[in-house]
Amino acid sequence: MKKVLSNFMPKNDFVMYAILLTILVVVLPLALDIFRLNLVGKYLTYAFVAVGLVLCWGYGGILSLGQGIFFGLGGYCMAMFLKLEASSPENTAIQSTPGIPDFMDWNQLTALPWFWEPFNSLWFTIIAVIVVPTIFAYIIGVAMFKRRVGGVYFAIITQAIAAILTILIIGQQGYTGGVNGITDLRTLLGWDIRTDSAKYILYFVNVILLFVVLFIAQFIKTGKLGRLLVAMRDKEERVRFSGYDVANLKIFVFCVASAFSAIGGAMFTLQVGFMSPTFVGIVPSIEMVIFCAVGGRLSLLGAVYGTLLVSWTKTSFSETFPELWLFAMGALFIGVVLAFPNGIAGLYEKLKLNERLTRLLAEIRSLRPMAITSYNKTDNTNSKTQATGSSKKSSTDNKDNLSIDDPNLNNAPS
Amino acid sequence: MQTKDYVLAVEGLTVSFDGFKAVNDLSFYVDEEEIRVIIGPNGAGKTTVLDLICGKTKATDGSIKFRGQELTKKSEHKIVHAGVGRKFQNPSIYEDLTVLENLEISYPKGRTVFGALAFKRDDVIVEKIHEIAETIFLTDLLNEKAGLLSHGQKQWLEIGMLLIQDPDLLMLDEPVAGMSVAERKQTAKLINNITKGRSVIVIEHDMQFVEDIAHRVTVMHQGKVLSEGSMERVKNDPKVVEVYLGH
Repeated sequence: MKKVLSNFMPKNDFVMYAILLTILVVVLPLALDIFRLNLVGKYLTYAFVAVGLVLCWGYGGILSLGQGIFFGLGGYCMAMFLKLEASSPENTAIQSTPGIPDFMDWNQLTALPWFWEPFNSLWFTIIAVIVVPTIFAYIIGVAMFKRRVGGVYFAIITQAIAAILTILIIGQQGYTGGVNGITDLRTLLGWDIRTDSAKYILYFVNVILLFVVLFIAQFIKTGKLGRLLVAMRDKEERVRFSGYDVANLKIFVFCVASAFSAIGGAMFTLQVGFMSPTFVGIVPSIEMVIFCAVGGRLSLLGAVYGTLLVSWTKTSFSETFPELWLFAMGALFIGVVLAFPNGIAGLYEKLKLNERLTRLLAEIRSLRPMAITSYNKTDNTNSKTQATGSSKKSSTDNKDNLSIDDPNLNNAPS
Repeated sequence: MQTKDYVLAVEGLTVSFDGFKAVNDLSFYVDEEEIRVIIGPNGAGKTTVLDLICGKTKATDGSIKFRGQELTKKSEHKIVHAGVGRKFQNPSIYEDLTVLENLEISYPKGRTVFGALAFKRDDVIVEKIHEIAETIFLTDLLNEKAGLLSHGQKQWLEIGMLLIQDPDLLMLDEPVAGMSVAERKQTAKLINNITKGRSVIVIEHDMQFVEDIAHRVTVMHQGKVLSEGSMERVKNDPKVVEVYLGH
């Protein structure tokens, strides 16, 4: 059992997860006021997408420039439920048709459209948040990967789908709320999500879900499937002629990435209180790829840090120089691709911070028995060799540190 | 008709790329445990024949029967499952993975998405990997990144990745290209060792190497069989001397 666990997560990774958890659960809530913490919560919903991209793009080599599609679909599913709850006949008594969402009334709809009906149920909504985007990803995946469409073509097509979906949402104003999106969301089963206490609770729920997603991703990454993804990125033909249906592997990882994005989208709606087409289209989809690239496309945790860092910079920067932000973002992306192809995580590896940390931990651990059994020399040396052993292991063990001259990097959008 | 007696029966195989027939009405048969070497000038269609057998290229016409099963309509991974393994011309290995992981991925277990998710590296697999590693002279390098291997070692690793699949028919496309003389000798020994219980098709240009391993030789020219038989016979065939061996 212990062996299985250590295969799943090397000790070093475990420490890194613990550090992130401490930052998110202890440090940030204590250091920030609720307005800023809510912003962090919003950024973390993008991290779901970035984590999915690590699997899909970093490991599988499938660059999707349309993750906003799935983020948006998840977010819209959640928003539909919340909007229906906010549109009770009492709340909407002044409308010509009470009991339907306000934007439908403005667009002369007199009854709730059929596809809105099931969103009266929370359970249906929770399932739909994950299932709807995953099915959509599955359809795209089958259509593309079974025909061996890949690389740049796949990226362009996902981008086109993101654009189409945005146009569709904006055009169908009566059904979707159009360009304004679905706004004025109030309660979840009677619980007001706009209060400070609700925002705290949602923030923690968000962090828990993010860790669930990170663990799933870690499980996939460290297992045979993770190695298969790396193999596929490197030599697709070889994998195919080793008896694997490559298309199925790609479809699976694309669906997983989409499901992650959708969970992020739903949490976004809950924490920010609305959903609009701005989060579906091309620009957010590319931003999410940048988050992932800055964090390090081969590191799950790097993706979370990258998302937080870039989003935080975006907010502070655009508060002061709104018109310069896009240029800064473009420059950042080019800079990362040219200088640190593996992002923050790659930089971290390069500086060997990883080994230093392990050495430090090992020293702390070896100090403890020394204090207790200082008279017993054999015991002492024993624990020391153990300590150096573990630090050595970590340096070879690190699977995140893959070759820097990976051909896929040169294909990255710039 | 009597295709069951052969491991592989290729009959009337034709493939045309925009009217150009790279392989034209080709027929040949491979016996159980035979090492067949295909030689011929550049552009004769040798690699295309392997592509056709393993499903990378779809045939325009003709049939490929492997132990009685028709391969021309099967998808690539199904052909692998049927028992055909293929090595590419350039060493095709996963550079970012270790030698052990390279071999593990090729082990015929957990080949579906969920199979791979549930896959566990158990003792049987580890033992098999060590056994194969010994055959391909890479025991000491099991935990090394495959990208760091020498060219010859990469070729061996790819042969090992095929061996671990335990195919009935092994196809090797220029296995000694770019190898040193010593490595060639070692590879010839390796190929002689690994053919026990299986048939092998090899494409090769190095005549010394061909003589070392071949049971029978097929000479291809312009998509057709020019000559076939023992090395001795083929070497003395005036047609072969004219188009291939003569210069």
